[in-house]
Amino acid sequence: MKTYPEFCEWVVEFIRRTSVDLPVDVENAIDVAKGAEDPGSPADNVLNVIKENIRISREQSTPLCQDTGTNVFYVYHPAGPSTREMSEDIVEACKEATKRSYLRPNAVDSLTNKNSGNGVGRAQPWIHFEEWNRDDVWIRLMLKGGGCENCGTQYALPDRRLKAGRDLRGIEIVVLDAINNAQGLGCGPGFIGFCVGGDRASSLSEAKKQHFKKLDEANEVPELRALEERLYEKANTLSIGPMGFGGKTTVLGVKGSYLHRLPACFFVSVSYMCWACRRRDMWIKNGEMRID
Amino acid sequence: MTRLELPVSAEKISELKTGDVVKISGVMVTARDAAHKFLIEHFIERSPAPEEKDLYDKLSSVLKDGMIYHCGPVVAEENGKYRFVAAGPTTSSREEPYESHVIEKFGVRGIIGKGGMGDQTLEACKKFKSVYLHAVGGAASLLANSVVDVIDVYMKEEFGVPEAFWVIRVKDFDAVVTMDSHGNSLHKTIAKASSEIFNDLIRKISKG
Repeated sequence: MKTYPEFCEWVVEFIRRTSVDLPVDVENAIDVAKGAEDPGSPADNVLNVIKENIRISREQSTPLCQDTGTNVFYVYHPAGPSTREMSEDIVEACKEATKRSYLRPNAVDSLTNKNSGNGVGRAQPWIHFEEWNRDDVWIRLMLKGGGCENCGTQYALPDRRLKAGRDLRGIEIVVLDAINNAQGLGCGPGFIGFCVGGDRASSLSEAKKQHFKKLDEANEVPELRALEERLYEKANTLSIGPMGFGGKTTVLGVKGSYLHRLPACFFVSVSYMCWACRRRDMWIKNGEMRID
Repeated sequence: MTRLELPVSAEKISELKTGDVVKISGVMVTARDAAHKFLIEHFIERSPAPEEKDLYDKLSSVLKDGMIYHCGPVVAEENGKYRFVAAGPTTSSREEPYESHVIEKFGVRGIIGKGGMGDQTLEACKKFKSVYLHAVGGAASLLANSVVDVIDVYMKEEFGVPEAFWVIRVKDFDAVVTMDSHGNSLHKTIAKASSEIFNDLIRKISKG
């Protein structure tokens, strides 16, 4: 693109880093989980393998997980740069990253079942643009695989089966239900993102966006902060454990948000993220790029 | 730790119990969603068409006393040779409608994947002497390093790289038996226990 001539190559490197190396807070959370399990237990063995895989992926510069997921981009930009050009470059970067084996060809035509082969397709990558009142550019990338995506779900309260009403208790019950239903299928120990309210689409989108939050980022909403803590504590009493083998750590983190809703609707959306929570930030300032 | 060499006998498989840690070496084949649907529709619900006979024979020989790996790898092609770059397991439960028939038809001795499978597969493991082996989900770089050779690939154009049948040679591939040939499933045990805890939790939450 014209404003940043090296943009496409920057994004390829951004994708590589995201695919092969975990954020520090995620890796620390895995270390803490490892410390909690009994040495030699199945849970301990799983966490050892995970830690070894993290080390090897970083060293070899190979994807942590073969499912390099949906490539979710959030771009915050000043007035000026063309979002059309930025979008085109991001798509090109995804193709290039697929060629270099940082990404798997992960776009299958849903009607013909034909894999596009180059890593891109309809809504792959998924790019969201937002203009902001600053002169730098902030791009967030999340790679979210299909195994954990399949564990995501949405409830409409009241839920008769679970006896979950339209209140904080009802929300707590359905999020725990989603975690219990996921068992080991989402490659736990996982990260839970939830959203209360919104419509069906905005609610799920907001739930997924929670995975961008750093683990030590405290929720500004006191009710949600307390709810996150309760959910974290209770989910870890379920003893599902790493990979569903049993153990002390079932979830590594819980983050929530809320949106206003229509009087008739009360959605609670839950997004499950695997232990390989691949997210990174890229910054462009004064023509220079930085990846965090 | 038990070492398994492929092909493996029914007797050897019968000795395995849930919780056993194994290292697998030999030739196996990857197969996931499109591949399972294909096996059922082309080779099980009907006889292979003449032009499919060659593929049928090749797959039969690797599947007999062999193992299926539920995996959609990242594969690099260098100088006309394929190499597995990232190759962890994919979620197995999607193959539940198909797997028991595949085990019966081809004499498969082991299914490698993640997340476990259901009662129909558990029953087939018991009846036809097979096991379900769990690899660590997401451990893709590590597991790809156990793939020492990519021998062949079938249906790559039709299914795409992640869903093709990749015939691979593995060495010391790490897995844990979570469903054995005696009707035991670690997944059922864990799910039952966690659901009891969950029911107790929601009772307490409802009471406030």
